[in-house]
Amino acid sequence: MISSMNWEVVIGLEIHAQLACESKIFSNAPTAYGAEPNTQANIVDLAMPGVLPVLNERAVELAVRFGLAVGAEIGQTSVFARKNYFYPDSPKAYQISQFELPIVGKGEITIEVDGQHKNIGITRAHLEEDAGKSLHEDFHGLTGIDLNRAGTPLLEIVSEPDMRSAAEAIAYAKAIHELVQFLEIGDGNMQEGSFRVDVNVSLRKPGALFGTRTELKNINSFKFIEKALAYEIDRHIEILESGGEIVQETRLYDPDRDETRSMRSKEEANDYRYFPDPDLLPVVVSDEQLAAIKASLPELPGQMRVRFEQDYGLSAYDAQLLTAAAVNARYFEALVAELGAQQAKLAANWMNGELAKALNKAELTLEQSPISGDALAGLLVRIVDNTVSGKLAKQVFEAMWAGEGSADQIIEAKGLKQITDTGAIEKIVDEVLAANAKQVEAYKAGQEKLFGFFVGQVMKLSKGQANPAQVNDLLQQKLKN
Amino acid sequence: MALSEQEVLKIAKLAALDVSSQDLTQLSAKLSNVLDLFAQLQQVNTDHVLPMAHPLDKVQRLRVDQTVADIPRDKYQAIAPACEQGLYLVPKVID
Repeated sequence: MISSMNWEVVIGLEIHAQLACESKIFSNAPTAYGAEPNTQANIVDLAMPGVLPVLNERAVELAVRFGLAVGAEIGQTSVFARKNYFYPDSPKAYQISQFELPIVGKGEITIEVDGQHKNIGITRAHLEEDAGKSLHEDFHGLTGIDLNRAGTPLLEIVSEPDMRSAAEAIAYAKAIHELVQFLEIGDGNMQEGSFRVDVNVSLRKPGALFGTRTELKNINSFKFIEKALAYEIDRHIEILESGGEIVQETRLYDPDRDETRSMRSKEEANDYRYFPDPDLLPVVVSDEQLAAIKASLPELPGQMRVRFEQDYGLSAYDAQLLTAAAVNARYFEALVAELGAQQAKLAANWMNGELAKALNKAELTLEQSPISGDALAGLLVRIVDNTVSGKLAKQVFEAMWAGEGSADQIIEAKGLKQITDTGAIEKIVDEVLAANAKQVEAYKAGQEKLFGFFVGQVMKLSKGQANPAQVNDLLQQKLKN
Repeated sequence: MALSEQEVLKIAKLAALDVSSQDLTQLSAKLSNVLDLFAQLQQVNTDHVLPMAHPLDKVQRLRVDQTVADIPRDKYQAIAPACEQGLYLVPKVID
């Protein structure tokens, strides 16, 4: 039986975020995902003799954007270094990275776990190139190498070992993920590997020195961070409590077996012999460039959440969902601009409710939504002006989703217009009361829960089109006598 | 500063070089001589000297983020020892 009571978990994360560049970091080959093998690897990416790397200015700009957003010192002079190791998916036998002078220095980001806020330190973030891909199957005992990904611009974001639980690690990873998308410096697509998380974990007795850590590599979903950590923490506890020692090593999480296993021992592999890359000169970001990038920063998700809660009276949960990506926030703000701030809650409910449900079901992103912000605003306007009830609006929404037209066209074509004419509703109410004399008697004798039954009957008779508030009022009046 | 033969073997391994036992003694001596030169350099007071990242006193020129899609894969692969399905084939690197 494993008891985790006596141990403090210490976690630090290294996140590789692919930067939103058209071309590679040091070559003009394209970075698009999913191309035919080696059709996006040019002579620089293939490390042909005599080629030289030329740095992509957009990669520099995006890295600085990130740095500014986490309040970091920007390395206005940064230097590229060679990280030396042999592996066939790295044709130069070194990776161009940054070591002593990274472009982004110390910063921090705030996370929230169970309503508690905590600042997590960011040690540094540096620019580097991605490696290619090795395919180990089906080549008669040989390995196939695809270098399309080689040279793809990455920002490696290194945290301080500030996290004390899997929940904190996930909150941090999500906060960085959200920020990367929000700043539009990367698409954060975890399935395609454009956002990869390496987890460093160790255990110690509270107050003691850090224990020996293991590194869990290339975890490609938030759920797997949790599972990999759960497995690895139990493994550490088991070893430590039986008097054993943790071996510092890199381990791979295998989601199929839900376990981690040793990849390579760090002792030998981590002697990377970094040295400044003589092919690249120091990179200088001028004060003017820095000021321009600062001025171009959008409102950050944290600031936006506070504003949504204060100005629009949204719950923390709604505000969180609406600021999860820049595209969400833009969609929401467009709705509010159309409907007015007092309808912000309605807009949030529809975005986080019907729309989110439909997108989820169809496995679409908000950008791919068949219902544009304008179209949804067209529907919500009809709820606000009482043309349709909230319930019938859902039918209209479904029809809009199916491409049957605008909200107004559908309301007209399907005759879903709400009945707000008091006379017409009163007629239906009278009809219902006359047809259910027994229930009326019972209600008057004290069975007040029958009220819902009358409402239901009226709505049924009006085919859901009677204005519910008016139905309530009228029924109350009539049943009082 | 003397480099031990063990250290030389480790450096050779990291650089993927096959050093024969005959060469080992001589190589250790030669590398130790290089380190002696660095030991001399280290005696200089560098307290107020910034590390030199590059011998040229210039800064990096940057490239506009634009692609050139014309990549003649067949031409590149013609000189590779083995290719299949567009992939470069290499000896298997994992067990």
